[in-house]
Amino acid sequence: MGTNGDAPMAAGAGSIQVQGLGKTYRVADKLPGLGGTMRHLLRRRLRDVVAVRDVSFSIEAGEMVGFLGPNGAGKTTTLKMLSGLIHPSTGTVRVAGHVPQRRQRSFLQAITLVMGQKQQLIWDLPPLDSLRVNAAVYGLDEADSRRRIGELAEMLELGEALTRPVRKLSLGQRMKAELLAALLHRPEVLFLDEPTLGLDVNAQARVRQFLADYNRRTGATVLLTSHYMGDITALCPRVLLIHGGQLVHDGGLADLTSRLAPCRAVRLDLREPVPADAITPFGTVEQMDGREVRLLIPRERLTEAVAGLLAHFDVLDLEVSDPPIEELIGGLFRQGGRP
Amino acid sequence: MSRRRLRGPRHGLRLARALLGSQYATMLEYRAEIALWALSGVLPLIMLAVWSQAGVTAADGLDAGQLDRYFVAAFLVRQFTVVWVTYSFEEDQLHGRLSPWLLQPLQPLWRYVAAHVAEQATRLPFVLLFVGVIALVHPAALWLPSPERLLLGVLATWLAFAVNFLLQSVITMGCFWTERASALDRLLFIPYLFLSGISAPLETFPEGVRRLALATPFPYLLHFPARVLAGESVDLLGGFGALLGWAALLLPLVLGLWRLGVRRYGAMGA
Repeated sequence: MGTNGDAPMAAGAGSIQVQGLGKTYRVADKLPGLGGTMRHLLRRRLRDVVAVRDVSFSIEAGEMVGFLGPNGAGKTTTLKMLSGLIHPSTGTVRVAGHVPQRRQRSFLQAITLVMGQKQQLIWDLPPLDSLRVNAAVYGLDEADSRRRIGELAEMLELGEALTRPVRKLSLGQRMKAELLAALLHRPEVLFLDEPTLGLDVNAQARVRQFLADYNRRTGATVLLTSHYMGDITALCPRVLLIHGGQLVHDGGLADLTSRLAPCRAVRLDLREPVPADAITPFGTVEQMDGREVRLLIPRERLTEAVAGLLAHFDVLDLEVSDPPIEELIGGLFRQGGRP
Repeated sequence: MSRRRLRGPRHGLRLARALLGSQYATMLEYRAEIALWALSGVLPLIMLAVWSQAGVTAADGLDAGQLDRYFVAAFLVRQFTVVWVTYSFEEDQLHGRLSPWLLQPLQPLWRYVAAHVAEQATRLPFVLLFVGVIALVHPAALWLPSPERLLLGVLATWLAFAVNFLLQSVITMGCFWTERASALDRLLFIPYLFLSGISAPLETFPEGVRRLALATPFPYLLHFPARVLAGESVDLLGGFGALLGWAALLLPLVLGLWRLGVRRYGAMGA
């Protein structure tokens, strides 16, 4: 890896400030059938759909932040506003010192938006052709762009995939080539919308590793949405949780887990079966199957309860765990509730 | 930290080379389709056969030889002034391909200009093939233009393409307001068919209709460059002036509509 291309950003260069951000779309409803079509033609029924409502947060330069929420929560709409692709209905945004929707050249040079389900590479040509165009668009000189492509291709383990038509690449190779194209101009702020969508476990892990390395080497700010919690837990110490267009959590992933799951799960493997009554003083028994017991214990009482269990019973094995974060968040969204 | 960025003409040249190179490579992938498109542009040659049978006389302002040359020239001009930006733009917008381009420091319309120029380069061999066929079956319809007329004809054709591109770009900006702006393109096609001179030379029009046609941009998109190329007597100053005038009128209109449209852009499909 060369030293020229990936020196850290200037302090504060890639910060994001969002205040009272909102987006309302006007949509036309159409009922099915001929009657619905005629009504749609003659008397269109329009209604406002609030996609994002009063969202405020700020992100320091160099932070990696996860952006979570179910489908339709407003994640992608927020990313589109932060990248300047669409204009907000309310509120203010500053990204890397710029107002995104003005789309000034210096702003566009400083950001990138990667959408996992969309591609910018030219389908019929090898990625190198698209990279050549991108390098020219961003004004990189020939030597600089060659070096950048070499460095990023090495980090992404792309190898000969760069010279094969995009349509003949595997999904994983294509996504990595998309990342290369999006990062060629060395953006300070990365908006990543589902960058590992559809990739197998190995490819996901490689993309995660690449993003972590890229952030460490360049100090770029990263705002990442993903349906794979593995992406978030591996990369983002901080998460924003959006639901129904509103921000419902801004903080550490561990804090979110605590809020969503006030108890921890304890699994006991006992030498002899014991009556349920004997266990209940230590927590809520979830399951008893002979010598195996699973109970939930409030976090604040965990140490005391585990010590009591070990003192009172002949324990062969004991395991303390948090419920998987995706289960917690999935449960929350199914209930339509808030943490 | 390496932050060298190219600026000025050097940047423009590199950008033009990269865009044209990639677009030409893409077009070559679709060369069979482009050959069919080139073939579909033979309307002037069909009109040549129709008008030849109709027995045009000097009273119509053109003799048979002039008519031959006019329609062959019209065929050549048409081949290099075809514009399809509305259809491409609409498809790119609906499929979300426009969004990444909007986030790059290059006005996306330049990509469409490059695609059209690359398509013209891909068409060139097929057009030459057609000319070869005409030379075989109807050699009297061909002529050798003088170097200055050839140069002026190429310039007029290029300007006609630019005006046609801007004209269709006005319609294209409708994509920001409606999902089917390509339907609006029909509004241009009908007047183009009757007023550009593709169906009949303007000299055969009644005086009133001819004056009306000349007040629109359509005759300058085909009739004027075709007559320049065919070596006919033509008001060069008036023709080039009209082309530049229409370009000067349409360019700010396109850019203004672009600015308004981008504010409305919903990035659907992306």
